[in-house]
Amino acid sequence: MEYISIIFQEVYKILFLLVPVLVSVAMIVWLDRRVWAFVQKRQGPNVVGPFGLLQSLADALKYIFKEIIIPASSNKIIFILAPIITMTLALIAWAVIPFSENQVLANINVGVLYIFAVSSLGVYGIIMGGWASNSKYPFLGAIRSAAQMVSYEVSIGIIIINVLLCVGSLNLNDIVIAQKNMWFVIPLFPMFVIFFISALAETNRPPFDLPEAEAELVAGYQTEYSGMMYAMFWLGEYANILLMCALGSILFLGGWLSPIDIYPFNLIPGAFWLIFKILFLFILFALVKAVVPRYRYDQLMRLGWKIFLPLSLTYVVLTASYLFYFNLLPTI
Amino acid sequence: MIAHTIFFYIFSIIAVISAIMVTVSKNTVHSVFFLILDFISISCLFIMIGAEFLGMIMLIVYVGAVAVLFLFVVMMLNVAQQKNQWFNSEENSGHIPVGLIISTIIFFELIIVIGGWKYKPDLINSNNLSTTNEISNTHSLGQVLYTDYIHVFQISGMILLIAMIGAIVLTFRQREGVKKQSYLKQISRERSEGVEVLEVASNKGVKIDD
Repeated sequence: MEYISIIFQEVYKILFLLVPVLVSVAMIVWLDRRVWAFVQKRQGPNVVGPFGLLQSLADALKYIFKEIIIPASSNKIIFILAPIITMTLALIAWAVIPFSENQVLANINVGVLYIFAVSSLGVYGIIMGGWASNSKYPFLGAIRSAAQMVSYEVSIGIIIINVLLCVGSLNLNDIVIAQKNMWFVIPLFPMFVIFFISALAETNRPPFDLPEAEAELVAGYQTEYSGMMYAMFWLGEYANILLMCALGSILFLGGWLSPIDIYPFNLIPGAFWLIFKILFLFILFALVKAVVPRYRYDQLMRLGWKIFLPLSLTYVVLTASYLFYFNLLPTI
Repeated sequence: MIAHTIFFYIFSIIAVISAIMVTVSKNTVHSVFFLILDFISISCLFIMIGAEFLGMIMLIVYVGAVAVLFLFVVMMLNVAQQKNQWFNSEENSGHIPVGLIISTIIFFELIIVIGGWKYKPDLINSNNLSTTNEISNTHSLGQVLYTDYIHVFQISGMILLIAMIGAIVLTFRQREGVKKQSYLKQISRERSEGVEVLEVASNKGVKIDD
């Protein structure tokens, strides 16, 4: 009996987190298309519902009612597993995101590592989808994306080390509390910029959307997918983008802390500030998509390995020596 | 406690079965996927005994990076064809005794290690491991690794670095006739040097030099 009540409580909490995340993923797709359209002086989706807000819902309905086509020569089990894995991984990472000091599903000691591990697993959904399709373009897209995601994970990992040096803990709540006096975006501004660009590459967003470059690879690893399975890839991708925005706002923009620590702003709940910061970062993502042309593949690899990796490593040394010299190293 | 035991058995059964499937399955790509499943269930076991840092690092390093490279290699090279060649032809079976010797050595090493741990418990010196719950797993690991074992740690880092450089040197070859791209030149191209307006006389044409 005791176990059953525990399970019910946990399921209730998980649903309370997952449903808003899924709804906001749908909304964010609309926002993305809308911002993209406004930059290019178009209207964007504005027909379904007020301001076109229900466009994503209409799209989802359409995907659900479409037929799922599985290619005859594909590896069926892996073909079906791939979108499921992408979506699951994009959603389970939200378990450790703190929305305020107490509003967190699992306040684990190694929160940052958990998010990093889950996002590094995300590449499997893409590789499995590309390989199982048994078709040239998806396979090329999958291989590209594997190389790209592994490369940019390295620089993201080193940027996270920079933040951890200043905090002295892997817990996400501790990281937020450590920014009470000053957000890390100020002392670590170059790292914030590199993190932002690496996050674009990690989530396969333009200008680094080479895995699905329409002009060269049709649609990359998604080419053979249809109906609900395609929609799952798509939801997973956007959930991942939101997750990267959340990680960025926790590591650099003070998470659920209010920007000014004075009376009226203190009363606003932390969840609001976190969502506000996530939206801010997401609008930046959307603007980049509208403004910048796609990178060439060799330029992408050069940027990751020859520019970001040395830069972030140098910054680790700088941060560590600064903290050591001025005796600012965090105590346990 | 019951839940703990149930989870332990679930993860360990998955780990053992997927380890067997790595060697048994005919498709090499499936083998790699089973290897990944094995890694994941082992890291779950690590987390269950309270070594959350090790579990997460296992996920990041092995599943997130090493297994991706395995998968990459297995998918890119046509391993299945090569394997069939090996098993069908007589002349290439020389690698089987070598593999047998290596696996026997590994087996005996495992027996020695596990036997020593079982029958001589003071083999592992656990005096300098802090077991208090106040200090987190990551901190205590760091305290041991960067004080008592700093030399071993640095030497293993050196060995990895040398192995990496060695791999690069072994596979690096200078290819002839490859056109190099200068990024600086490409970025700093301007309109004035790229475009030229010419007066073209009728029926003469323009000579363009590449």
